[in-house]
Amino acid sequence: MAEFNSKDTAAFKGVWVFCEQREGVIMSTSYQLLSEGRKLANDLGVELAGVVLGHNVKEDYLKALGGYGADKVYYCDHELLDVYTTDAYTKVICDLVEDKKPEIFLIGATNIGRDLGPRCAARLHTGLTADCTHLDVDVAKYKEFLKTTSTIDVDNTVFEENTNLKMTRPAFGGHLMATIICPRFRPQMSTVRPGVMQTQPYDDAGAAKTVIEKVAVQLSKDDINVEVVEVVKAAKQLVDLIGADVVVTVGRGISKDVEGGLKLAEELAGVLGGVVGASRACVDAGWITADHQVGQTGKTVHPRIYVALGVSGAIQHLAGMQDSECIIAVNKNESAPVFDVASYGIVGDLFKVTPMLIEAIRTLKASK
Amino acid sequence: MKCIVCVKQVPDTSGVVAVKEDGTMDRAAMATITNHDDLAAVEAALRIKDATGCKVVVVSMGPPPAEGMLRELLAMGADEAVLVSAREFGGSDTYATSQILAAAIKKVGVDNDDIIFCGRQAIDGDTAQVGPQIAEKLHVPQVSYVEKVEVNNGKVTVQRQLEDGYMTIKVNTPCLLTCLKELNEARYMSVGGIMECYSKPLSVFNYETLKDDPLIDVDTIGLKGSPTNVYKSFSPPVKGAGMMMEGADKATVDQLVGILNDKHII
Repeated sequence: MAEFNSKDTAAFKGVWVFCEQREGVIMSTSYQLLSEGRKLANDLGVELAGVVLGHNVKEDYLKALGGYGADKVYYCDHELLDVYTTDAYTKVICDLVEDKKPEIFLIGATNIGRDLGPRCAARLHTGLTADCTHLDVDVAKYKEFLKTTSTIDVDNTVFEENTNLKMTRPAFGGHLMATIICPRFRPQMSTVRPGVMQTQPYDDAGAAKTVIEKVAVQLSKDDINVEVVEVVKAAKQLVDLIGADVVVTVGRGISKDVEGGLKLAEELAGVLGGVVGASRACVDAGWITADHQVGQTGKTVHPRIYVALGVSGAIQHLAGMQDSECIIAVNKNESAPVFDVASYGIVGDLFKVTPMLIEAIRTLKASK
Repeated sequence: MKCIVCVKQVPDTSGVVAVKEDGTMDRAAMATITNHDDLAAVEAALRIKDATGCKVVVVSMGPPPAEGMLRELLAMGADEAVLVSAREFGGSDTYATSQILAAAIKKVGVDNDDIIFCGRQAIDGDTAQVGPQIAEKLHVPQVSYVEKVEVNNGKVTVQRQLEDGYMTIKVNTPCLLTCLKELNEARYMSVGGIMECYSKPLSVFNYETLKDDPLIDVDTIGLKGSPTNVYKSFSPPVKGAGMMMEGADKATVDQLVGILNDKHII
C-alpha cells in the first residue's frame, strides 16, 4: 500500500458515516447521518458507506443501514470492538480510511463520537468540525440554505464555487453561525449533532441490495492502553427530549425560586403531555441535570409545542429549538431574543403566568 | 509523578456578548473567565497533589493577559505555570492548537507516571477536540468526559460519562483525561496562595522556545497550518414575527389557550 497522504485530495472518493453501536444495537443518530450522507453522496455522484465496528452485530442490523441510504457497509468485527475504546476504534478506523480513502467522513456527536472523531482526525492529519447542524457540498444548495437562515444578502455575495463540504455550526459560544471548510486535506470530517438531521423513510429495496463488506481487522490487546471495567446504565431514566412531542423549558428566569419554577414547568409539561427541558444557564447552575439541556452540545429538538419559561434565548438555545412547530414564550423582559422566534409571546412573570396557563389548559381539557 | 493541566481563558459568554460591526465577537470588550471544565481539571490535579504531594503544572495557550489567570491558578495551589504565546500561534484551529500544546507539554516533560488533565471543552468553541488531539500527538491514551478520578498507587481509574450511564475505565499512565465541570467543586485561592503566587515560576514559551520540536512547523500551526478555515460566518435572521399577546393576566392566558385550541395545537 502506498503511503497515506491526506493532502492528495484527488485520491479520495465517497461519503462515509460512522454507525455507532452500543450493546450490538445501532444508534438512531446513525440513521439521521446516513439520510444526510445520502444527499451529499447524490450531489457528488459517489457511493455512501456505513462503517460499523462491533462484535457479532446482527446481519439484519447491518442490512438495515441500506434502508436509510447506505450503498455499502464496512463491517469490522472483532471481540475487542464490542465495547468502545478510543485506542481500538481509532486504529481500526484509521487503517480503513488509509486503505479506502473516503472524501467525507461523518460521525454522530455523541459522547463517544466526540472522543473518536478528534483522535482519528489528529492521526490522519486532517480537519474536523465539531457539532455541525447543517452540511452542503453544492454551492447553489448552500445559498438556498443561507437565504432562509442568515442575514447575508445571498444574491449580491460572491461564493467560491467548489464541492468542498460546507460544515455549518454555531460559533463563538453560539452567538454566531460559522461555515467551515477543510479544503486542503481529506477526508473532510465532521461530527454532527444528534437530532438535527431528519431520518428519511426506511426503504426495503435499499436494505435488500446493501453490500456488506467484512473488513479484516488488525487488532490485538497490545494496541489498547485502557481496560473497560464495567459499563453501567443510569438508574434514573434520562429524559428523551429529542423524541418528545411537547417540551416545556425553563431558563434563568426561575432563579428567584428554582424549586418552584421547576415544579411549574413539570406541571405544565404534565398537562400538555410533554417533558421538561432547560437552558444552559440552568444546567451550568446545577439546577437540573445536563440531559435536560436544549441547545448547543445539549440537544436539538423540534417538538410540536415548545414552551419557553424565563428563557432569554441565547443563539445556541434558539438554534436548538427554533424549528419547533409552535413556540410559546413567557419572559419578563420584552426585548428577550426568544420573542424573535416565538409564535406567541407573553411579557410577564412566569411565576404568575404559568399557573394561569396550567389552569386554563386543564379547564379546556376537562370540557372536551 | 506530576500533573500537567491545560487551561483556557475564555470570554464570559453567559453575560452580555459584545459584537463588532463585522459580526464577529469583540473578545477585547468582554470579561474573561477561566473555562469551567478546565477549573475542574485544575481541582482534580490539586486533589491528587493533596494526597500525594505531586507537582502540578498549569499550561495555557493564549495572549499575554492570560498570565493573570495563571497567577490565580498558582494561588489556588499549582506549583508552576507556562504561558504559550506567540504571534505565529494565532489563528490556530483545534488541530494546530493541539500541535502547539503537545509541543509545550513535551517541553515541560512527560514522565511515565504523569497525568495530563484538560477540560472537556471550552465555552467559546465547544468543540471538545483539543484534549483528544493533544493525546494523539503525545501518543498517550485518553479518556474524555471524565466525571470521577481515582489514583491508587499510581493506578488511574476513572468514570467516563455516557448519555445513558457511564463506563468505569482503568487507564495506563502517562495518560490524558478531559474533565467535566461536574467532577468537583474547584477551591478558592487561599490567602497564603495569593501571597505566594508571584514568587512561583511562570515561564513563557514562544515560537523560539518550541520551534525545534517536529510538531512545530509552518504547515501545522497558526492560521496557515490549520486544516479547517472559515468559509462564511453569519448571524441568523430574525424569524417571521409571531404574535405578541397584550397583557399578562388571566384574559391574556385564556385568549392564548383559545387560539391554541382553535388551531388544534392543544
